[in-house]
Amino acid sequence: MTLPGSLVSVGYLAAGILFILSLGGLSNPETARRGNLFGVLGMALALSAATFSGQVSGYGPLAIAVLPAILVGSTLAARVEMTSMPQLVAILHSFVGAAAVLVGFGSYLSGVELSGAERVVHQLEIFVGVAVGAVTFTGSVVAFLKLQGTISGAPLLLPGRHVLNLAIVAATCWMGWTFLQAPETAAGTPWLIAATALTGVLGLHLVLAIGGADMPVVVSMLNSYSGWAAAAAGFMLSNDLLIITGALVGSSGAILSYIMCRGMNRSLFNVILGGFGTPAKAGAAAAVTGTHQEISAADTAALLTSSKSVIIVPGYGMAVARAQHALSEIVKRLRDRGAEVRFAIHPVAGRLPGHMNVLLAEANVPYDIVLEMEKINDDFPETDVVLVIGANDIVNPSALDDPGSAIAGMPVLEVWNAKRVIVMKRSMASGYAGVDNPLFFKPNTWMLFGDAKKVADEILRTI
Amino acid sequence: MGKRGLTLLIVGVPKETDEAEGRVAVTPRTAVRLRQMGLSVLFQRGAGARAEFDDQQYAEAGATLADSAAEVYDFANVVLKVAEPSLREAEMMKPGTVLIGFVWPAQNRDLVAKLAVRGVTTFAMDCVPRITRAQKMDALSAMANLAGYRAVLAAANAYPRLMSGQVTAAGTVRPAKVLVIGGGVAGLAAIAAARGLGAIVRAFDPRPAVKEQVESMGAEFIPLDFKEDASGEGGYAKEMSNAFLQAELALIAKQALEVDIIISTALIPGKPAPKLITAGMVESMREGSVIVDLAAAQGGNCVLTRPGEAVRHRTVRILGYTDFTSRPAMQSSWLYSSTVVNLLEAIVKDGAVAVDLDDEVQRGALVTYRGEVTWPPPKLKSAQDAGLVATEKPLPPKPHAAVKPHPPTSRLVPAALAALVLLAVGLGAPPSFLGHFTVFVLACFVGWQLVWNVTPALHTPLMSVTNAISGIIILGGMLQLSSRWSTTTVLGALAVLLAMINVSGGFLVTRRMLAMFHR
Repeated sequence: MTLPGSLVSVGYLAAGILFILSLGGLSNPETARRGNLFGVLGMALALSAATFSGQVSGYGPLAIAVLPAILVGSTLAARVEMTSMPQLVAILHSFVGAAAVLVGFGSYLSGVELSGAERVVHQLEIFVGVAVGAVTFTGSVVAFLKLQGTISGAPLLLPGRHVLNLAIVAATCWMGWTFLQAPETAAGTPWLIAATALTGVLGLHLVLAIGGADMPVVVSMLNSYSGWAAAAAGFMLSNDLLIITGALVGSSGAILSYIMCRGMNRSLFNVILGGFGTPAKAGAAAAVTGTHQEISAADTAALLTSSKSVIIVPGYGMAVARAQHALSEIVKRLRDRGAEVRFAIHPVAGRLPGHMNVLLAEANVPYDIVLEMEKINDDFPETDVVLVIGANDIVNPSALDDPGSAIAGMPVLEVWNAKRVIVMKRSMASGYAGVDNPLFFKPNTWMLFGDAKKVADEILRTI
Repeated sequence: MGKRGLTLLIVGVPKETDEAEGRVAVTPRTAVRLRQMGLSVLFQRGAGARAEFDDQQYAEAGATLADSAAEVYDFANVVLKVAEPSLREAEMMKPGTVLIGFVWPAQNRDLVAKLAVRGVTTFAMDCVPRITRAQKMDALSAMANLAGYRAVLAAANAYPRLMSGQVTAAGTVRPAKVLVIGGGVAGLAAIAAARGLGAIVRAFDPRPAVKEQVESMGAEFIPLDFKEDASGEGGYAKEMSNAFLQAELALIAKQALEVDIIISTALIPGKPAPKLITAGMVESMREGSVIVDLAAAQGGNCVLTRPGEAVRHRTVRILGYTDFTSRPAMQSSWLYSSTVVNLLEAIVKDGAVAVDLDDEVQRGALVTYRGEVTWPPPKLKSAQDAGLVATEKPLPPKPHAAVKPHPPTSRLVPAALAALVLLAVGLGAPPSFLGHFTVFVLACFVGWQLVWNVTPALHTPLMSVTNAISGIIILGGMLQLSSRWSTTTVLGALAVLLAMINVSGGFLVTRRMLAMFHR
């Protein structure tokens, strides 16, 4: 069965519209499920249009490739723990990158007959698509390994790394130029392969140099790249649906990265170029000294039960300890007693944009008590108790009042304005940014040491 | 007693002369607070009797007992009262006396003039501005709260049925329906009390902002379908246009047919109360219905209200009592007294009265000072809307997060780059490319617009769904498949494999995540 060309085009158009509706649906939790459904419909439509377009002849290879892929994909999706979402997202990005590289090579080797400017443009499209795909691929793999903990989250800072990056970019450009000059496919292929390897190294090096705390930015940036790679593939295949989808995804990832960076008051360049924690800033950070006071889990429980308003600030530590379920139960009991309990989410809490929201949703916390920083920051002065769980830098007052601090200027949750703050933490160690936190020494702050999960369970027992 | 320096301040509490006034401006508890502030308390014997406080308690709290009002006025530098003084009382005050109490300067211009002439410094508790900082001095809200509560009790008492619904062996009792007009402090307190007794409560207020507060108390808010905001200064209602009033009347007329009890609290500062309940509406109500008119002292919201009395029109009882705050005198005296002492605390520095004209609260409440009438106060720039209830805090304009603005050059560079790219594309690219390029750029903008609307809570699902749709690159792989196995086909098949993992995994994991989000 072969569909007429116009019908195929209309099918692609409809798929594009469905993708747009899909992103539109995600604007709030009420419509989000419908948004996802639109995405599925769009994809199904696009795939069937392509399958029966007459351009696809190899149904055997198609079936061989598609069926196991669906199996693998759905198994991954069903098995993944919500705390491991960042890893899954990262590895999926790498697949798009790899696919873009493969499509680029395939397109080049199949040798479309073109001449003049059109040929140059086509070659250029292939080259750009492959290069972006390669960066996405290796970068995502490294991000995956870092998030998984297989390799250290600490930034790898080679001497002269900026020069190295620039040299790689320059070399890639030069290879691209040579590639365009190649009279025939056989002559161009080695250059394309070399450029792929080189840009792969670039992706590797770029992400290796970025510290674990900046992973939300990296993951959303790679999300953006995977979109651009798809768009580049669309250009080389003259397929508007690929272009539209790639552009949607690309801009989406770009906005997410921007939002994350704004959450840390840093520029995208600052994050991409890596090496956070060793800023060449004038003026040393004020030394933080003092004595902290400790509180027991039982006393914390007593304090919580006698409070009218409670705000909980979760951080990555909650995710690591998987304390969200115990926490959700604590919240439920406090709410049953009539207390107002809310969650305050900092934009860069966790390892993915919106990571904390997903974890809390998994633990059955109603989404309307989970608020963004901007919505809740003014409410701290009227709050009886703030419970900080596994968060550090995002509640550090020196971001606001110590210009010498490495995180100076970063918007933070102003928990210290509450009547009491309880910080659940493993030890007095500093956070990812390596910055001391004067919050711990404030007279209205009490430290509750221990594993977040164990401590939460202990609190739960006495409420 | 010297005029300057370390004068020992004597706070005098005369007996209220108005027979209907049950409250007293200082209770034994607040007398202790005054003593702790280093002040002497001169208390007229019997002044606390109507609030069930006897002289002995005051003596134990450290107050000196005076035998007559004249003695109090002679020795006191600060006089604390509840009701506004009579002209005769005003004449008993020495020049330089500080008077704190209800004054109602708009209604009592003669009195205010007299106080000014006598050189009395007067703080009117009814003029304390309604800002967050002054909430602890807000006597009106404290009193309105009690009035709303007592109004419901009075209504329940007069209503010949039950307030709550019950299913009994003898038959089913339907719950009373209560309409509260006005969602101010008194209205909200009335809602809470009526709800507590088990009635079905609905409320109406011309200020749309009140809806949330009404609903938070558990009443149904009846919206008025008319475009005019009645929010006046300081969180009070303002007078409305005639057309608006008509719409209001129509709404209340409709409600009158349905409800059993109306608690009416509509007031406009400095104006007679608006007439919202006509004789026709009263007649249209069910037999045995009750109207409590809390605006009675200002003329009443109902045309049939007689201030201070309960009247019966056919079968409907209309309660126009004006002493709802005096009835729980023990409680209201203490609450009122606390607000007065809180204000006094702000005025007294180092044992002497120090009026601060730059302080918004003091200036607002100051009615006479140094022989002049100082009411109404000049308008202040920072007229902060304090909202209506002590529990709700007005949201101050939010300072934006401390994000440094980008220097102008950082905006110019991308713009210049974009222009250069466009120029290069226009000069060098073939027409076939330009079509795709247009689609690409437009799609980028669409994506940009769409994604800003995504709520931050859904950023992770957004990422996984974009991940899934970026698997559309599978099309690229599919197009390279052919039935015979060549390098191209192998590459294409691999691309399809990878992309399809993305598609299925991405959509499914998004579905899983979204299923968890619930209210």
